Amino acid sequence: MKYIKQLLIILFVSFIAEIMEYLIPLPVSASVYGLVLMLLGLMTGIIPLEKVEGAADYLVGIMTLMFVPPTVGIMSAAEELKQMGVALVVISVITTLIVMVVTGKVAQFILDKKKPKGGKES
Amino acid sequence: MKEFLSGSLFLGVVLTFAAYEIGLLIKKKLKLAILNPLLLAAIIIIGVLLLFDIEYETYSDGARYISYFLTPATVSLAIPLYRQLHLLKKYPVAILGSVAAGVLAAMASIFLMSLLFGLDHQQYATLLPKSITTAIGMGISEKLGGIVTLTVVAIIVTGITGNVMAEAVLKWFRITNPVARGLAIGTSAHALGTAKAMELGEIEGAMSSLSIVVAGILTVVTASLFVNFI
Repeated sequence: MKYIKQLLIILFVSFIAEIMEYLIPLPVSASVYGLVLMLLGLMTGIIPLEKVEGAADYLVGIMTLMFVPPTVGIMSAAEELKQMGVALVVISVITTLIVMVVTGKVAQFILDKKKPKGGKES
Repeated sequence: MKEFLSGSLFLGVVLTFAAYEIGLLIKKKLKLAILNPLLLAAIIIIGVLLLFDIEYETYSDGARYISYFLTPATVSLAIPLYRQLHLLKKYPVAILGSVAAGVLAAMASIFLMSLLFGLDHQQYATLLPKSITTAIGMGISEKLGGIVTLTVVAIIVTGITGNVMAEAVLKWFRITNPVARGLAIGTSAHALGTAKAMELGEIEGAMSSLSIVVAGILTVVTASLFVNFI
């Protein structure tokens, strides 16, 4: 029963996010507005963690399953895949390695420069 | 029979659950990152649909109800992020600086390589959100006019690449700090990479899962700027 209440809070935040998506003319989907809203709710204490975490952990846990239907959708995009399949794979692989190295190097550079505690922002 | 199937609400759902369970089972038995359960499930379902000559629309009529909870699930990503927030407070500059650099590197390298391959606007928009978690990436692709289903495939290819290559790349480029390693993996290869980061260590895992959402949110902003370049 408590999951129903938890789900209600999550769905209500999703609904507010839908309204924001409708009203704000930015290319941002409802799910991102909802994520930020939920985070703000948790940080301000308006939404206590224990009032949502059970249902939220469950939803996050089964999220991969929810991606199966959109992935199968590739059946209806066979023509588009034929056109850009090679580019898709090559670009995906190479850019992943670039992003990994850039992020890691920048993080390591900042961490090495800064003292562990009380270091001022550079 | 065909008429019945195309009206069935549960065919798509049953097929999806079953294929996903099989995918998980194969992954557990063989333990290879390339055998991603999502990818396996999709391949199994496509195989079944082709074999029995069932149209995609028939399948998706039922299966789309599974995706109904995608927005609430993405909203729920705030909960694990909230739990990791103390890390963000501990290393604010390193986290925000490196993830921002990583996101910009992703945008710039996707832009340049798309030029190289002569991709059109729709194809470019499809690839821009490919580094981040599927939940946020799908939304960006849709908003920017990409082909959402191909974005999902690019995201999976990215995740598998990161998972398989992370150890070698980090070693090769002498990225040794566990915080930096976690950030590098999460920013480049989202949740699939994070699975590897968790194997490498607790700090790596926590940093990686934190950077998934930070990179996702930063990409929402930067991708909508970069999309205008092609």
